[in-house]
Amino acid sequence: MDVLSLLLADSRFPGGGHVHSGGLEEAVARGLVTSERDLPPFLSGRLRGAGELAAVFAAAAAHAAARGVRSGYWLLLDAELDARTPSLAQREASRAQGRGTARAGRVAWPSPVLAGLLAATPRPHHPVILGALAGIAGTPPRDAARAAAYLAVSGPASAAVRLLGLDPLSVNAIVAALAGDLEAVAARAAASAGAEPADLPAPGAPALDLLAEAHVRQHKKKEVRLFAS
Amino acid sequence: MPADNHDHEHGHGHGHFHPVNFDPTATEPDRYAAQPQRGRAYRIGIGGPVGSGKTALVAALCRALGDELNLAVVTNDIYTTEDADFLRRAGVLDADRIEAVQTGACPHTAIRDDITANLDAVEQLEERFPGLDLVIIESGGDNLTAVFSRGLADSQVFVVDVAGGDKVPRKGGPGVTTADLLVINKIDIAHLVGADLDVMTSDAHRMRGELPVIAQSLVETPDAPAVADWVRSVLPVAAA
Repeated sequence: MDVLSLLLADSRFPGGGHVHSGGLEEAVARGLVTSERDLPPFLSGRLRGAGELAAVFAAAAAHAAARGVRSGYWLLLDAELDARTPSLAQREASRAQGRGTARAGRVAWPSPVLAGLLAATPRPHHPVILGALAGIAGTPPRDAARAAAYLAVSGPASAAVRLLGLDPLSVNAIVAALAGDLEAVAARAAASAGAEPADLPAPGAPALDLLAEAHVRQHKKKEVRLFAS
Repeated sequence: MPADNHDHEHGHGHGHFHPVNFDPTATEPDRYAAQPQRGRAYRIGIGGPVGSGKTALVAALCRALGDELNLAVVTNDIYTTEDADFLRRAGVLDADRIEAVQTGACPHTAIRDDITANLDAVEQLEERFPGLDLVIIESGGDNLTAVFSRGLADSQVFVVDVAGGDKVPRKGGPGVTTADLLVINKIDIAHLVGADLDVMTSDAHRMRGELPVIAQSLVETPDAPAVADWVRSVLPVAAA
């Protein structure tokens, strides 16, 4: 694992990730996650749904960026991820983080490939820009996938500490226990990295889609949510 | 049609509620086209502890400067819409000139360590109102160490008040010592809360060296004329 993937997976990376809870805040508000005991199944489900999907697209983007892409590829990849994300709220959350990551990427790692991607899609999905930045730097698809999958669980884990006052040492141990699953997700994603966008896997988690939609709806009804998603 | 409006709409005919929006035309293709580069608005951050009068100062500045500057506001209240609603109700600024940011329970992170959400809000306002002169970014109420990143705010105001205790300026911290302007608010009630205003201002000047300090009461001067003058003095071009 190289320094670039460490930077991209760092919770201090200034890409706007800290305002997203990955559905955890809504789950807490509904009493579905109330204690440390509830966190492992939530994170495990999140890893297998949103995490696996993010890993698949990060790996594909890394693969493509490293090899040079044909015209129209980034729009196609972006649209295929739209098609695999049924919740509008989740698409918006992904694009918000993608735009933030792109902003940080333009400053730290400017390149013609990045400029081409952002000209085609100025608010790319988060896994697409994350994977592209990795691929441009020569980071293998598997490392990009691992970073994307890790972010899919580290964000909600941090939100659980902030919202429920859980012991951060215990929460860290819960995330650490997912290491084997994270590696498996990254390996599977790397294996499909070279597929045509339309043929990429389409894992989903309907409960997370519902939580994301409810989160936005409740926020607009004045039952305030502290996180953007 | 966005999912959150779905339960109010009766047009699609089969009479039940979809919790998830499956309409592929709702956002695709991405509705955010690339924006041409324009000169950007000057950004002033307003920070300070909870209850010190940040939102009231923002409202006062909107009243004082709204006629001479093309301006907009970003609020970061941890309860998100509270401050924006206050400004809208006060009628000092059109509702669409106010953006509220969600900070993930970390208001200081959103103005300092990871300014993404605030930059997005500023850029949305700049796209909506070309030629914007000034964006005022109000932080959520926070502690004495919370300051704005220079990547977000071109200059910043730190607001404390006499009711927070007259020792606050002496305690220092980056907010008090480094902000481009320190405002000591609510001086009309100093005698009621036993605060020694002379001590506060002299401590403030001692902690801040040459940096300016303004003591004010929005009850006595509702349009914050001294702070508005300071804003005019820091803008890159003279107000039209």
